[in-house]
Amino acid sequence: MGKALMGAAAVAALCSLGAGAAVAQDKMKVGFVYVGPISDHGYSFQHDQGRLAVEKTLGDKVTTTFVENVPEGADAERVIEQLAASGHKLIFTTSFGFMNPTLKVAQRYPDVKFEHATGYKRAKNVATYSARFYEGRTVVGTIVGKMTKSNIVGYIGSFPIPEVVGGINAFTIALREQNPKAEVRVVWVNSWYDPPKEAEAAKALIDQGADVIVQHTDSPAPVQAAEERGLWSVGQSSDMSRFGPKSHLTGIVDDWSGYYIQRVQAVLDGTWKAEDTWGGLKDKMLYLAPYNPAIPADVVALANTVRDGIMDGSRHSFTGPIKDQSGKVVIPAGQKATDEQILKMDWFVEGVVGKLPK
Amino acid sequence: MSIEVAGPVIAAMMTAATPLLFAALGELVVEKSGVLNLGVEGMMLGGAVVGFAAAVLTGSSAVGFVAGALAGLLLAALFGVLTLGLFTNQVATGLALTLFGVGLSSLVGQGYVGHPIADVPELHIPVLTDLPIIGQPLFGQSLPVYLALAAVPAVHWFLFRTRAGLVLRAVGENHTAAHALGYKVIRIRFLAVLFGGAMSGLGGAYLSLDYTPMWAEGMTAGRGWIALALVVFATWKPGRVLAGAWLFGGVTILQLHAQGVGFAVPSQLLSMLPYLATVLVLVLISRDVTRIRLNAPASLGKIFYPD
Repeated sequence: MGKALMGAAAVAALCSLGAGAAVAQDKMKVGFVYVGPISDHGYSFQHDQGRLAVEKTLGDKVTTTFVENVPEGADAERVIEQLAASGHKLIFTTSFGFMNPTLKVAQRYPDVKFEHATGYKRAKNVATYSARFYEGRTVVGTIVGKMTKSNIVGYIGSFPIPEVVGGINAFTIALREQNPKAEVRVVWVNSWYDPPKEAEAAKALIDQGADVIVQHTDSPAPVQAAEERGLWSVGQSSDMSRFGPKSHLTGIVDDWSGYYIQRVQAVLDGTWKAEDTWGGLKDKMLYLAPYNPAIPADVVALANTVRDGIMDGSRHSFTGPIKDQSGKVVIPAGQKATDEQILKMDWFVEGVVGKLPK
Repeated sequence: MSIEVAGPVIAAMMTAATPLLFAALGELVVEKSGVLNLGVEGMMLGGAVVGFAAAVLTGSSAVGFVAGALAGLLLAALFGVLTLGLFTNQVATGLALTLFGVGLSSLVGQGYVGHPIADVPELHIPVLTDLPIIGQPLFGQSLPVYLALAAVPAVHWFLFRTRAGLVLRAVGENHTAAHALGYKVIRIRFLAVLFGGAMSGLGGAYLSLDYTPMWAEGMTAGRGWIALALVVFATWKPGRVLAGAWLFGGVTILQLHAQGVGFAVPSQLLSMLPYLATVLVLVLISRDVTRIRLNAPASLGKIFYPD
């Protein structure tokens, strides 16, 4: 209901854009479609930072347009279609739920290029891209393993999809490498963004003895809750330290700037291909938020060693032997999980308390 | 679950119930006067964003709460003018008010997203707050939690122990008869609607100022609808609203705790609970015609045309 209204508003806003934006004829138009508000200081905000980086570096050759708060579904198709019809040559659709709308519109506009984030379907003019967020979680797990005193870590999950499950597993493996006694308690809130519910989940985990709260949801509410109780927290998507100056250890920050600039440049050069990009720390698609000064120097050094190891390929987040919760070896010693296995992860590693909702 | 966890769990249940209590008690008075306002969610969001903005601008949460109540009241006034002054359909107008509140609060709140503020301090009464288990939940919460609790007997007393409350209920039961006796039906209903709006606004302000001290678009996340369901669930009795708010708020908290200790409850099922329980209550009271007559205001949602 509210979504429909938002969608209508987004379409209306887009229609009025045509009138307002006086575009020089020689500049290529690039469009961005966001699922949330750019003011969310999280996921959509980071995508918009990428757009601004494109403006900054290639502003003499391209102009950019963005539409925020686009609901996933039929409205998304209208918005994407509008962008394609109004002369945008490259369109980034930045949420998983935009996958099918993007492909539909792409069929009707073969001369427009599309980039869809976090999806798995490609076409002649549709590329996909995502970041290996789990690499950052390995570094975070290393730090938390050294910082926890109660050996109980609370982890707030959004939805039990492979990206989140893989993140929990990568975190837990690194955590227990430093601290074999530590366990991870997972609570699902079934939402990407529901501040009150995320805070409730954080408080419930703290009441159960967790002294570090890690989140895979987008609001800073868990960081706030940890700050209030004087415990540690780890943020998500963007630097959330101002919501918990004392508690925020670090966080995983999405960084799309480099990728966006590179792809826009490729279209300008005529070298653009519809491929899949799944970049990690070394591709600078994510980085770690500034470390809390309270983290001891030796822990910082250790975290940086782990990070550098991932970047130079000497270390992999999922290196065997890895056992699942029942103690069965899933990834044997000497092997690494394949990308396929990571993309389909639907099991918890040893050390995670809680069942995976099926 | 060990006994040490009991205190924090009870405290968390009380805070989770607080926004529901504010909004549901307000709506109860509105419905008792014979008006159905489905705009609770929109008014809560209005209260949340305006309360937050006022707290940021003045640095005072007390000002924030007052501003939140006023924002809810203003939105309710709009509803009152339309439904009572211009005789529009209450259901449609209420739904429109929710849509309006969602959109307007996003617009007003744009500059306030991601703005941290200090939360409302929790009380600390020496000795009492330090009591084991019950100390924290009973004597260590922030002031609005106690305000919401105090509102339960206050609303009960007003409705069932004062002349003004009697008149309000009479208007809700049979506006034609009340009008014939010389009572100002429209004015009484308008005042009830304003009160409901202010209470919804307080519920929203509690969310953005105290529960999670920040503004986020759509942060009420359906609590307004739960409050509406709560009024029916409570069969229009303030005491039962308290029980229902505890039940619905408590279920969420317990479910999160259950997950944490590895006991999986399908959380989607629990999110359905308030509505399922309400449907059940509706079925039960409609089986017994006399009881629904006793509880649901007979003129609920009916338009009054003064002659």
